[in-house]
Amino acid sequence: MDKTDNISIEELAGIAKELRLDILEMTTRAGSGHPSSSWSAVEIVTALYFGGVLRYKPQDPWWDERDRFIMSKGHAAPLLYAALARAGYFDLKELSRLREAGSPVQGHPIRGLMPGVEATTGSLGQGLSLGIGHVLGGRLAGKKFHVFVLLGDGECEAGQIWEAAMSAAHFKTGNLVAILDYNKYQETGPISREIGLEPLVEKWHSFGWNVHEVNGHDLQAVLGILHLAKQLEATGIPQMIIAHTIKGKGVSFVEADFTFHGRALTLEQAELAREEINAAG
Amino acid sequence: MQLGKLAGLQECDVPLRNIFGDALLDLVRENPRVVVLDGDLGNSTKTEYVRQEFPERFFNIGIAESNLVGVGAGMAGAGFYPFIVSFSSFLLCNAYDQIRLAVAMSDIDATIVGSHGGITLGKDGPTQMGIEDLALMGGLPTFTIIVPGDPASMQAAVRAAPNIKGPVFIRSSRVPMPYIYPEKNTPFVVGKANRVREGNDLTIIGCGMMVSAGLDAAAILAKKGIEARVVDLHSLRPLDREEIIAAAEETGAVVCAEEHLLQGGMGSNVARVVAESHPVPMRFVGLADTYVESGDPWELLEKYHLTAADIAQKGEEVVKVKAGA
Repeated sequence: MDKTDNISIEELAGIAKELRLDILEMTTRAGSGHPSSSWSAVEIVTALYFGGVLRYKPQDPWWDERDRFIMSKGHAAPLLYAALARAGYFDLKELSRLREAGSPVQGHPIRGLMPGVEATTGSLGQGLSLGIGHVLGGRLAGKKFHVFVLLGDGECEAGQIWEAAMSAAHFKTGNLVAILDYNKYQETGPISREIGLEPLVEKWHSFGWNVHEVNGHDLQAVLGILHLAKQLEATGIPQMIIAHTIKGKGVSFVEADFTFHGRALTLEQAELAREEINAAG
Repeated sequence: MQLGKLAGLQECDVPLRNIFGDALLDLVRENPRVVVLDGDLGNSTKTEYVRQEFPERFFNIGIAESNLVGVGAGMAGAGFYPFIVSFSSFLLCNAYDQIRLAVAMSDIDATIVGSHGGITLGKDGPTQMGIEDLALMGGLPTFTIIVPGDPASMQAAVRAAPNIKGPVFIRSSRVPMPYIYPEKNTPFVVGKANRVREGNDLTIIGCGMMVSAGLDAAAILAKKGIEARVVDLHSLRPLDREEIIAAAEETGAVVCAEEHLLQGGMGSNVARVVAESHPVPMRFVGLADTYVESGDPWELLEKYHLTAADIAQKGEEVVKVKAGA
């Protein structure tokens, strides 16, 4: 089925809440993982998979005209798995096996281990190049689809991102949309303190991209900008959406503590988080 | 000394890289799924032949090997069969992690071609030489690894690659290599070593240009009454264990020869099989722990002891050890 049905913002917000809870349960059960990096991108991924942005068929996961979604910030694997499960790619019960030996939901995504997982990521910096390859292949094959790549902000310190950025503009990849989850923190601290990225808008613009900025937790705004980016395909200019987000969004004590980066919540913390996510409007 | 002359091999005056370029062009003509990506070295690797005839199926990704590998892997995700080509040194050393995740761990169908393997690119010097490529490829478990040693086997390897499940590495070279096999009906099966000379006193196992050098060495040894078997181990993965075990059991002595560091290359793979199946005296011809300098390729081979004479000397030595044992 094409997920192009109209859906209300309220319904989308409900899905976003489910994904947040899925991420919490998965990482808490596994005792490790990156909940805060997953939570910052929940609204972005919700809009993509459930807001009629991506065209996909869960029953035919490798449909050759599917829109591609590449999770370049592979440590947000729990978010990817939860979205794929809720989109119908596989059973929700698989989520409980995150990070277990023999499980197809590995700590970081491995291409093809689960239907819908497009790329092996986790060594940061690699997803944008893959997206360009999909665009060039689709163009050569005469297939019409869009390619969405979710980048982390710290990931943009990697040289390959800028190699890819340069070539995306050169190859006029108008159907390539990158979304930058700009939560302002990398593993060891605030990005501005560690390896600053600013001026980010000007950097991407100077590499030949059309740059948008959006509040990455405002579902209406995120949805609007994703649809706009798709409509700009004919310009031949790759589209960058810098989504301003909050690391750990939805759980106040995680938002306030960047050291949660690669760390699951304790059972007591998880209980508090569950209450807070459920209580949110 | 002309490679293959002592062994009576038919000379080929076309460098192996040109043979590769022509074979790739033939493949692109025949197989519409094949696309070619290069890192701005198409005039050296000879992917330029494809670029000239099929510009829409050729992508120069520029001097950006990480992106080159990623874009190529992405094209596989869109249904194409990519040949990702550059110098072995730059491609593997710059983009090892990209090859590891996007190609090897993803287990996609794609071929990586490392051109200018070994030291015989010569005068451009050690920064350009791929002397560690086979060791690096060995660290990527899903790859098939092929080191063709003559024009016909290069042609066969390029033809075979898209039919192999999972990723493939082919080593190409700047220098000509003489014909070991006829161009038509080449006995080339991936994973099946070729016995190119019979003999029972020892076995010389080589890959790439060292197969011809091994045949020359066998000619030198024959004048001293030593009959060497010579095996072309063109596939390092899958490794033809049966042929290696047969060499150990039937000839009782093995010399390995490769245009590569001794560390982690063909010889160490062969040694592992010999050690665990039928231990016999072994000797190794290759680069000891050293980089090589600029120079004429044939002078460099002599200076770094990678010639037929060096193989023959090791052969005599290993036969003596065998006799004394």
